[in-house]
Formats: sequence, structure tokens, C-alpha cells
Amino acid sequence: MTAELRPYTLVAELTYRCPLRCAYCSNPVDWARHPAHLDTATWLRVFAEAEALGVVQVHLTGGEPLLRPDLETLVAGARDRDLYVQLVTSGVPLARPRLVALRAAGLDAVQLSFQDVRPGPADQLAGLRAHARKRTVAAWVKELGLPLTVNVVLHRGNIDTVGDVVAFAETLGADRLELANAQYLGWALPNRDALLPTREQLDAARAVALAARERLRGTMEIVLVVPDYWTDLPKPCMGGWGRRTIVVTPDGLALPCHAAHTLPGLRFGRVTEHRLAELWTDSPGFNAFRGEAWMAEPCRSCVHRTRDFGGCRCQAYHLAGDAAATDPACALAPAHGAVVAARAASGRPAPAWRHREARP
Amino acid sequence: MIDHASRPRIAAKARLRFDRRTDGYLLVAPERGLVLNRSASEILRLCTGDHTVAAIVAQLAAAHADAASRIEADVVTLLRALVARGLVEIAP
Repeated sequence: MTAELRPYTLVAELTYRCPLRCAYCSNPVDWARHPAHLDTATWLRVFAEAEALGVVQVHLTGGEPLLRPDLETLVAGARDRDLYVQLVTSGVPLARPRLVALRAAGLDAVQLSFQDVRPGPADQLAGLRAHARKRTVAAWVKELGLPLTVNVVLHRGNIDTVGDVVAFAETLGADRLELANAQYLGWALPNRDALLPTREQLDAARAVALAARERLRGTMEIVLVVPDYWTDLPKPCMGGWGRRTIVVTPDGLALPCHAAHTLPGLRFGRVTEHRLAELWTDSPGFNAFRGEAWMAEPCRSCVHRTRDFGGCRCQAYHLAGDAAATDPACALAPAHGAVVAARAASGRPAPAWRHREARP
Repeated sequence: MIDHASRPRIAAKARLRFDRRTDGYLLVAPERGLVLNRSASEILRLCTGDHTVAAIVAQLAAAHADAASRIEADVVTLLRALVARGLVEIAP
């Protein structure tokens, strides 16, 4: 069954620790209960094993990957395997000499997060005065000739500023702009009622983003991710479970997505105990939702099943209580009512955020 | 835009990467990887910023039986698409 499957991307979550406390953080809400960290040698082996499996891209992420003192070694090791190495960072703990060193080690690209274009709301959401620092880091990235992706998570409180976000990214000289509505998992699920935009907000933002995409074609790539809560169609989450991507958590679990270990009853192995190829091919968790045999109706006989793969398993579990259910984002899902009910909250005053915990 | 005298090169953010699993080439960039067919690989390997479009077409025409006009059309179509995606740029 897995003969045709090839992972192209390795998401290396080097640590869950982070100086920011974003209310939509995609790390698991119990991140502080996973304090173990893989050592340098294990990560270097994982990179080699991933490349042998077919991986061509590695995203060094977290948490905040810059908190790893061995990051330069990890970048060099990944680049030695001819992997395309992207650092996904808040930028906060970075000093210019370190970025110079990372570039010298072979870093290919930087993805920098901004919470908002307005310093006040940005710092409020991050729980830290970080915005000015990030602007400085963005300038260093461009000075050093590295490609810059600006990532802004969209939500009800900032989605009306999409036009300003585009202008801000142009000012920074970004090569790529990700305008990504939060996926309502991790910390974004308990904060969903504060984060989900209204349909009117979404439609307006989409019009602005699509016009900017046309205007900037060939200069700055613009990617817009809309909330599946408003589309009635599930996303092909991760390009399908266990089809394209391997996530390795800070403590060494190999997963098909960064939240898969929040699903009860699935067994995933650790890279400290098994080769990555074994985990990719044989781990029961990876195989649980490959193919179509696990699907129930309405997915099983649906024409969209080869495109959306039934949607997001984590959303199915967290909203419908069953990881094998049709993603409730789908209008045909038995549990679609949970999504419809959540939409109503977008029209009410936003409740206070629950910030991500600061430390274990 | 692209004409005979343009010198295309792979953009700084992208990398042409040999894929030992398929014996082909991939064009890898942030959050993106394109699996290249053989003809696209041959074209992109010449996109170093040193060769003009005319020179690239001439080199490929010397190696293949296809008519130069057909090769030129293929080269220009591919380069236009990749320039629009920011993966190829025209050297100044």
C-alpha cells in the first residue's frame, strides 16, 4: 500500500519552547508535558534517513527553533544531505551574527511570523513586545540575500487589515506572504470563538488578497488559507494522512501531522527507537488513515474522497469525537452542525484570549 | 519580458536538485517542489544567467532532432511560467 507513497517534506519540531504565547499556537495544549528533546546526533540521523526516504525539504520549526544552541550544526547536517532548509521562526531570539552563521551553514530560506501589522495588537497577541524586533530581523534576512516568507495568521481581530499586511510585506521585501487563517486545533480551538472571522470579513479579505496576488505575480507570491469552517468543504489536510509529510516532535515521535498525537488510541513510534523508514511504512498510527478502507459514509462513496482524503482527522476527533469520521467542515458530514454552530460565535463580541502557557 | 537576448537564471530562492530516486530533477523552493520532466530539466540546467535564450535553444537543438522553432516555443513557455511563479528570473 505504501509503495507509491513518498514523503517530500520533513517538519522537524526542534522544541516546543517559545518566547511567544500566541493564542492560536498550533503546538499541543499540553506541550509543557513533553519536556524531552532529541539530541544533535539523533536529529542528524533523522535528516539522513528522511532524505533516503525521498524527503527534499526540511522545515526547522518548533516552538522556536532558535532556542536550540546546536541549530547551526543541524542546518549544516540537513544541507549536507542536499535538503532545502527553511527556518520557521518568530525571529525574537535572533542576533545578526547568528543569522550570518546559519546562512554560512547552508540555510536556504527563512519564514518569519508577524502577528499583526499594528505593533500594539501584535505584541498583545504574542504576549511579548516582539514586533519591532521582528522588523529588524526581516531586514537582516533580506540584507543577507535569503528568501523571506512572511507568515501572518489571520483571525477576526486582524483580518480586516489584509491590505495593510500586503503593503507591510512589500515594504519588507518579502518573497512570499502567507495569509493563513488559524486552523482551529491546538491553542486555536479553545480560542476559536475569539479567532473565527465572520463570512463578510472573510469575503472582503479574500477580494483584497486575490487582487494583490494578481498585482504582485512574479514578485511576491501570496498564499491565502481560508478557514474551512466557512467553506463547507474539508481541506486535504497535509495532502493526505501519511502521504507527503513526516512531522517529528521535539521528543521524537514520528507523525503524519503536528497534532496526530492528540488522537487517542493511535500508536506512533519514536525515532530514538526505530528507523524513520520503519515508522513511515509500518507504524500503526501512520497506516490508520492511509488509503480509503478506514472511511465511513459519506466519504466512502464520495467523488471528493481522492481529493480531500476525508479532511482533517484531528478536526474529526476534536469536533465529532471520532478520528475516523468525516471532517465536520464538510457540509455532508453528520457532525457538520458543530461547525455551523461555531460560525454563529463569529458574529458575537470576542471573548478574551487564553494565551499559550509561558513555560512548563 | 523574455526574448532571445534574455539571460534566464534560477531565482535565488530556488534550487535545482538531482533526485536519485527518480534519476530526474526537482526544482525546490520555499514550501514548494516541482518534479521536472526531462526537457524541463535540460532547459533549467542551462538557466545559469550566463546563456541567452537563443544560446539555450541552439544548444538544445544541437542535441535533439526537434526543430529549433519547436524547442524555442517550449523554452519560452516554460520560462514564462516559472518567471510568473518567481522561480526563474532574468539576469540584468
